[in-house]
Amino acid sequence: MNLLPYLVAGWLLLIGCFGVVRSRDLIHTVVCVAIAQSGTYVLLLGIGFQRGASAPVQGAPGAVVDPVVQALTLTDIVVSATVTALLLALVIQISKRAGTVDPDELDELRG
Amino acid sequence: MDPSWLPPLGIAIPLAGACVVLALAKFVPRLVVDIVAMVTAVVAVGAMSMLLAFTAAGRVVTWVGGWTPDHGVGIVLAADPIGAGFALLACVLTACALIYTWRYFDDAEAHVHVLILLFMAGMVGFSLTADLFDLFVFLELMSATAYALTGHKIEEPRSVQGGFTFGVVTSLGAYFSLAGIGILYARTGQLGMPQIGTALAGHGMDALVLAALVLVLTGLLVKAAVVPFHFWLADAHAVAPTPVCVLFSGVMAPLGLYGVLRVTTTVFGGVLPAASAHGTFVVLGIATAVVGAVLCLMQRHLKRMLAYSTIAHLGLFLIAMATLTASGVAGAVVYVFGHAGVKGALFLMVGVLLARKGNVDEFALFCEGRDERLTKWLLPLGALALAGLPPFGTGLGKAISEESTESVALTALFVLVSAATGGAVLRASLRIHFGLGPPPDDTDRDTTKGEGEEQEGRFPNRVPATMVAAIAVLLTGGLLVGVVPQVAEAMGVGAQRFLDRNGFIAQAMHGVAAAPVGGIETAWTWSGVALGLLSAVLAVAIGFVGVHFGLGRLRGALKAPLHVVHRLHSGHVGDYAAWLVLGMTAVGALFVIT
Amino acid sequence: MSRRARWVVFWLGGLGVAVLFVLAVLRLPEFGGLVHPYRDLSVPAAMGRSSPNVVSSINFDQRALDTLGEETILLGSVVGAAALLRPSKDEKEQLAKEEGRVLEATKLLGYLLLPVTLILGADVVTHGHLTPGGGFQGGVVLATGLHLLYVAGSYRMLRRLRPVSWYEMAEAAGAGAFVVLGFVGLFLAGSFLANVLPWGTLGDLFSSGSVFALNVAVGAEVTSGVVVLLARFLAQALSVREVK
Repeated sequence: MNLLPYLVAGWLLLIGCFGVVRSRDLIHTVVCVAIAQSGTYVLLLGIGFQRGASAPVQGAPGAVVDPVVQALTLTDIVVSATVTALLLALVIQISKRAGTVDPDELDELRG
Repeated sequence: MDPSWLPPLGIAIPLAGACVVLALAKFVPRLVVDIVAMVTAVVAVGAMSMLLAFTAAGRVVTWVGGWTPDHGVGIVLAADPIGAGFALLACVLTACALIYTWRYFDDAEAHVHVLILLFMAGMVGFSLTADLFDLFVFLELMSATAYALTGHKIEEPRSVQGGFTFGVVTSLGAYFSLAGIGILYARTGQLGMPQIGTALAGHGMDALVLAALVLVLTGLLVKAAVVPFHFWLADAHAVAPTPVCVLFSGVMAPLGLYGVLRVTTTVFGGVLPAASAHGTFVVLGIATAVVGAVLCLMQRHLKRMLAYSTIAHLGLFLIAMATLTASGVAGAVVYVFGHAGVKGALFLMVGVLLARKGNVDEFALFCEGRDERLTKWLLPLGALALAGLPPFGTGLGKAISEESTESVALTALFVLVSAATGGAVLRASLRIHFGLGPPPDDTDRDTTKGEGEEQEGRFPNRVPATMVAAIAVLLTGGLLVGVVPQVAEAMGVGAQRFLDRNGFIAQAMHGVAAAPVGGIETAWTWSGVALGLLSAVLAVAIGFVGVHFGLGRLRGALKAPLHVVHRLHSGHVGDYAAWLVLGMTAVGALFVIT
Repeated sequence: MSRRARWVVFWLGGLGVAVLFVLAVLRLPEFGGLVHPYRDLSVPAAMGRSSPNVVSSINFDQRALDTLGEETILLGSVVGAAALLRPSKDEKEQLAKEEGRVLEATKLLGYLLLPVTLILGADVVTHGHLTPGGGFQGGVVLATGLHLLYVAGSYRMLRRLRPVSWYEMAEAAGAGAFVVLGFVGLFLAGSFLANVLPWGTLGDLFSSGSVFALNVAVGAEVTSGVVVLLARFLAQALSVREVK
């Protein structure tokens, strides 16, 4: 009975959201989004893990862990990197135009 | 040519076009960039039209990379008339957006063309894939390009803020979806929708399936702007460049609903009781329609008004889809197509106003549009079409949807909500173009004004022919959806195929040819015409009453609750994330109690 | 909403999601268990096509469409970030006259590491089908390696040796090559992204058919994409100024 990796994944997802909700700085918000995403890496890799198995490269002795989730995680990482870059680019422009990166002080869009 | 070539071509053609544009951008004049992008979109329209024609006989199934089902690995694309119809809609709207863009951006760089083409590739892939992880990839492709397009006007604080909020909320939603896909993979060891659907049906319903359902749906419901996941939409639509709004409202948000329906029926159809799905979606749909309609009436920023009207309509589409009957799904899809044309044309007309007046504020534009020959007559017409005036496609879709609900209360909701959205736009038009009513006063501080928007293009003398052409194409398209009976008939067949889960799995996995299906009743009925006219009349009434609303006692009475609704839509990214999490819990609870 | 209201909304939702997630996790297959049906299909499929790195075989052969989508996300994000970070109407690129001093030790180490990093990156890209790594990983190494020019040298030197417009073209070419290989599969084998090149001998550099070619295409795209991305961010930090 070992659920810890799955619970860590869920924790990361929720704590990332928690960070976005509590954030006072948009850079911090972006990092929290990346943290939430890292929950999905942990979940996927945890699902594909097999005790005692080796990396999915031929020549490895015995069974290998699930390579499919590793491929999915790689895609996920690319998505994360690119989305983070886009969000950071937006934050640079927000800080220039609005003069602040505190979400509480951004009140241009309401109602 | 083998029809199974067409789905991957729909994805590859825009990618190839985008690469060519990006490679050439630095060396060739703007005109060449415009032409290459336009040709790409037109070729894609051709390919997707052919695909739609082929799907009449059955689904077009493609195993990408030559991995056939007996390998057990690989990605399968499966186009039915509805998926192909959405792909075609995406390509047609992209073509219209590109025509409009031709003269629109002063400083337009090729970046916009590349992003729009990649966005189109994402939408086509999303419509055609039958693999759950692939669906996530294309969802992210749509999202990433959409954030960049939303924030494109970097000189405006609102624009970059709207893009950022959109990015954060949609990304969080998509990550929850991915977590759901992971959980399904752990249970079934599969990623394809038919394979997961088959494997889940063997296990039965339990907490794991429920959690996976809620998680996977979250990202799609965010895309579909269903209450309470809807907050980002108005912020993003209000600030995005106008041609991009056409794509967002017309096809991107409805694609979210398409994804919801696809996942619910194909993946979870074997375990989820239909009553549970129906109850949940009806509740969500009613909430979305009502919130959207109320907020639409409260706007003075014209693009925000249209954005909330989109939310209201998305709620109506969801109610129709929730019936999970062929007529409900067909009605919703016809409604989506008609809405895409009408709403696209309305956005572009607001874009013309913005280009000529540098302003999209209903109050500030009071009497300013008396001399606008184009929008003076077309904007009210578009408003009535939005309300469901026959014979527009919106009216036909609304009529089929209303009948599919078999409920007087829901039919009344359809009439009222569509009338409210049309009435709000009509009110703005009456003030701007005809100067009716007293000059509106400015009282509520918690409203986004439409002043201070960056002027898009400068055309003091006359509107360029390309812009007029794009508006004409969209409005005519919205009309043709209602007038040409073959459109609704094809979607009637498509809806039956879409809901035929076993047939879908058999054809995708075992190559079993699709059984022929008969048509369903999709023609105009007298009651449908009457209800459409009723909505239009109500819209006119709402428009004329709204013009004089500054004096009424009603407004004083409603001030406090309206203020609360305004304050909830705070533009604060933390608020939106909190609502996202609460929404997931609400959706889970709804599935349990219904 | 006030901070308190936001807080309450989040807690109500967060508790519900947490309960749902824990209930689901209790029914997941045991962590580290033996049952992995998709693995049991995809490992033999990779071996049959001379691709000992199974992850690469999945990424570039079995589920190549996902990777095409992923690279398109990268392309879109780079183009999008470049568009968002362009100098606005009242800004212009201006290089500072004075640049900071770099320690001799940093210079030495940087110039020593530069060729090593570039060779390593190229190695990771080209052996993606054989050993852990691949186009994306190697591309990131190559792109960051190039920026040792900035760390050890100067921003001016980096700008001279790294013409951004070339990299934008290379990015388009890399992404385009992926699509073209897809078309080649379609026209030769009747299936988009089909593996049509000879599979070769297991373990050779030129083996595993299209997996090798796609790895190189992705390597080129990722290298140039990341270079363009970093160039835009560096320009925002170092040279984009407001002009009156």
